[in-house]
Amino acid sequence: MDADSLLLSLELASGSGQGLSPDRRASLLTSLLLVKRDYRYSRVLFWGRILGLVADYYIAQGLDADQLAPRKTLYSLNCMEWSLLPPATEEMITQTSVVKGRFMGDPSHEYEYTELQKVNEGDKAYEEEIVIRIKEETRLVSIIDQIDKAVAIIPRGALFKSPFGPTHVNRTFEGLTLSEAKKLSSYFHFREPIDLKNKTLLEKADLDPSLDFMDSLEHDIPKGSWSIQMERGNALVVLRSLLWPGLTFYHAPGTKNCGYIYVGTGEKNMDLPFML
Amino acid sequence: MADPPSDPEQPAQQGSPPEPPAVPFTAPPEAPLQAELETPRSPEMLAALGWPQGAGLGQYEEPPGSLAYQPYLDENLMLEQLQQGQGSLFQQLESAFQDAQPDALAQYHAYQREEQPFQPYGGAQHGPYMRDDPSLQFSPSELGFVPYDVEVSEPEPRELAVQNAKAYLLQTSISCDLSLYEHLVNMLTKILNQRPADPLSILESLNRTTQLEWFHPKLDSLRDDPEMQPTYEMAEKQKTLFIKGGGVEGEQEMEEEVADTAVPNLMESAFYFEQGGVGLSSDESFRVFLALKQLVEQQPIHTCRFWGKVLGLRRSYLVAEVEFREGEEEVEEEEVEELMEGADLTAEAHGGEEEGEEDEEKAADVLPKLQWRPPPVIPREESRSGANKYLYFVCNEPGRPWARLPHVTPAQIVQARKIKKFLTGFLDAPVVSYPPFPGNEANYLRAQIARISAATHISPLGFYQFNEEEGDEEEEGGAGRDSFEENPDFEGLPVFELVDSMANWVHHMQHILPQGRCTWVNPLQKKEEEEELGEEEEKGDEGMEEAEQEIGPPLLTPLSEDAEIMHMSPWTARLSCSLCPQYSVAIVRSNLWPGAYAFAMGKKFENLYIGWGHKYSPDNFNPMLPPPVQQEYPSGLEIMEMSDPTVEEEQALKAAQEQALAAAEEEEEDEEEDEDEDPDD
Repeated sequence: MDADSLLLSLELASGSGQGLSPDRRASLLTSLLLVKRDYRYSRVLFWGRILGLVADYYIAQGLDADQLAPRKTLYSLNCMEWSLLPPATEEMITQTSVVKGRFMGDPSHEYEYTELQKVNEGDKAYEEEIVIRIKEETRLVSIIDQIDKAVAIIPRGALFKSPFGPTHVNRTFEGLTLSEAKKLSSYFHFREPIDLKNKTLLEKADLDPSLDFMDSLEHDIPKGSWSIQMERGNALVVLRSLLWPGLTFYHAPGTKNCGYIYVGTGEKNMDLPFML
Repeated sequence: MADPPSDPEQPAQQGSPPEPPAVPFTAPPEAPLQAELETPRSPEMLAALGWPQGAGLGQYEEPPGSLAYQPYLDENLMLEQLQQGQGSLFQQLESAFQDAQPDALAQYHAYQREEQPFQPYGGAQHGPYMRDDPSLQFSPSELGFVPYDVEVSEPEPRELAVQNAKAYLLQTSISCDLSLYEHLVNMLTKILNQRPADPLSILESLNRTTQLEWFHPKLDSLRDDPEMQPTYEMAEKQKTLFIKGGGVEGEQEMEEEVADTAVPNLMESAFYFEQGGVGLSSDESFRVFLALKQLVEQQPIHTCRFWGKVLGLRRSYLVAEVEFREGEEEVEEEEVEELMEGADLTAEAHGGEEEGEEDEEKAADVLPKLQWRPPPVIPREESRSGANKYLYFVCNEPGRPWARLPHVTPAQIVQARKIKKFLTGFLDAPVVSYPPFPGNEANYLRAQIARISAATHISPLGFYQFNEEEGDEEEEGGAGRDSFEENPDFEGLPVFELVDSMANWVHHMQHILPQGRCTWVNPLQKKEEEEELGEEEEKGDEGMEEAEQEIGPPLLTPLSEDAEIMHMSPWTARLSCSLCPQYSVAIVRSNLWPGAYAFAMGKKFENLYIGWGHKYSPDNFNPMLPPPVQQEYPSGLEIMEMSDPTVEEEQALKAAQEQALAAAEEEEEDEEEDEDEDPDD
């Protein structure tokens, strides 16, 4: 959610039950402003909160002029002092995929993972147990990256692509209509498109290149991993991800208010196919 | 000159004093050029020159009071102006001449420079508009823009070109009523009215929006917007919540209401939970409060509490935990019991029929008797005890009617532990799962509510105490007392202690045994009708088969006794605000059931659940495997299963048979030979 409209956004996203306490809200309003100034971001988003056992991580993201460029992620433990996280790499993601369980809440905590590795010594080949230590910060980076790539969404029309390349915020976006808001095809993944080129020519002919340049939610696997609901007496549309429980996307149809927030434990719901 | 040009008479009234300063006629040629380049062009002058009003981009900033005018005219007006252009020009020139003021009227400069070519004038100010115009090649004198020449009857080529261009722009096609001219007019009007920053970058979007507005205008105020219908209906329903009931008897009701109502002080709890960052927004909480009030008015309720919100796929549930007044519940219970008895009777009838069929078939073939007996049904707990201590009502949204959830049976709890399904939001939806869940979504929801309540309803140590009753403990088999009351002497624990140690919190809901009940019942305890089996029934605790008594932790056990999840404490306790610890609230989160929260401060505490309704498991969910295949027929004398002979055995048999056959043939041959030989003798 945009840091500029933090209070309203938090109120709209409160249907999932998790929000922020007043002291955190106040700290965020101040500190995100300073972050925007210090790092010279054009937009700062409050991404959400990852619940740990000892402490919670508060995550913010900063965007430059091009909205689809890789975002910079910052984390904080008290909503006041923000530290920049390194960008996620493939190696990080594979390394941390073995770690399971909750986050501790301490960025310097190390997960120990013993792995059997074959070591060749001359003629003998035997297996040796190697203890790999993975820092929680690395895990944090990779989880945030995975969540972003999987379930960060934006309504159709909120961004548009100019012919020169960069993607801009569409200032004339008036919101989706009520009927559009209930369809999954009106929402896009907020990331570089992956499936777009696989569409048939017929489908591509219907697309508007300035608005439809990202993947839509329609073809997400597993099917049914999004729950669309109307709340507040049909005045707010809320999408909740079932794959990463805790991600809530809200949009008030007919207005510009939209955004998403993740408040959860940072674990993927691998049981989803059983649960549908 | 700042008068709105939409008034056709205006151009004739030019020359009035409140005008920008005019340079006298005989100013040197360079100066006017300079001056006129810098000074604004008024719309009248441009009209006189024949350019459409919108072309003068530079002029809009400067003339005072020009914001009020509409720079766009109707077509008719434009044509009039064109025709009058010469006349007005003449008037302007005259008045300027007569005024002889040192003020320069910018619009006259063009006509001063008869000797000067038109191009620099136009090219500098108006950019591309003028380059292609064939009439530009001519100097003003040839065009006839000569002062004092009033008799202009035929349209000049330049005007003709303009009219042609305009007519082209005003074209509409068969498919569309909107001409490009009109569209551009609309769009530029919109830009000027709204004044967005950096309009060039959003030009395409503006274009699209303007077209959209034209083709999809707002509906008549007399007609309702069909899309907004459900929203308005919902708002109407919620409006009824806010209306206070009663009219004439308002005063009497006031007195009653001031006294104790069963409706909880939801706003207070919501405030405390909000300190911990949990809960619905405040206006949503208020709506829930009103919905609870409505529930209390509709049903005979003794105590009521907001249990929480369970999220579903299509709709969510708001759950209220309720206790009826004494004696109110019996009606519903009887109905339910009748249903159950009816089911039993039909089951027995079926059993009888099967036996009859068997008798008939005895003569033909004996079907093997079914050896599998369904496990005995464990009776559900009585209302107001154990897992059915409270009654639960659900509704989807404040304003919608409340629905009552049925009591939970142990079988449902046992099955609910084995499956993990999302709730859809509709109470009558089936729960399709393996092992099959005995019931629909209402039962599944109730079972989950029971599990969550039993696991996560906690209170500070000392808030509840056991009743001072004589010791019935031994008879209960150590299951513990199941009733407690509020401790009137509870002083409240300091918040730091509540956060530090989990031993300061206790469970106040009974733990649910693996059997599915809170108090153990021996399922193999036979009823009076089946005494022929001849077991002892005096001691219910000792079953004759393997039924062991299940024991759970007694009521009011502290949380420190709770089992850990993979080296992780099942509870997380925090202060709500680290910056002001003296005023903060202790918030406890469950790690086992994500979404369950409790807060405590001073003498107040409350539990809440907002979540999907599933337990946390660090391992992946493993569905139950199907049971092993049953034996079909018992081996007996008549029916015996034999294994098929293997290939070697068959071949050996075949070889043996052939050998026997060959041996038999040889014998026959021998015999024949013998017989043959015999007659020889």
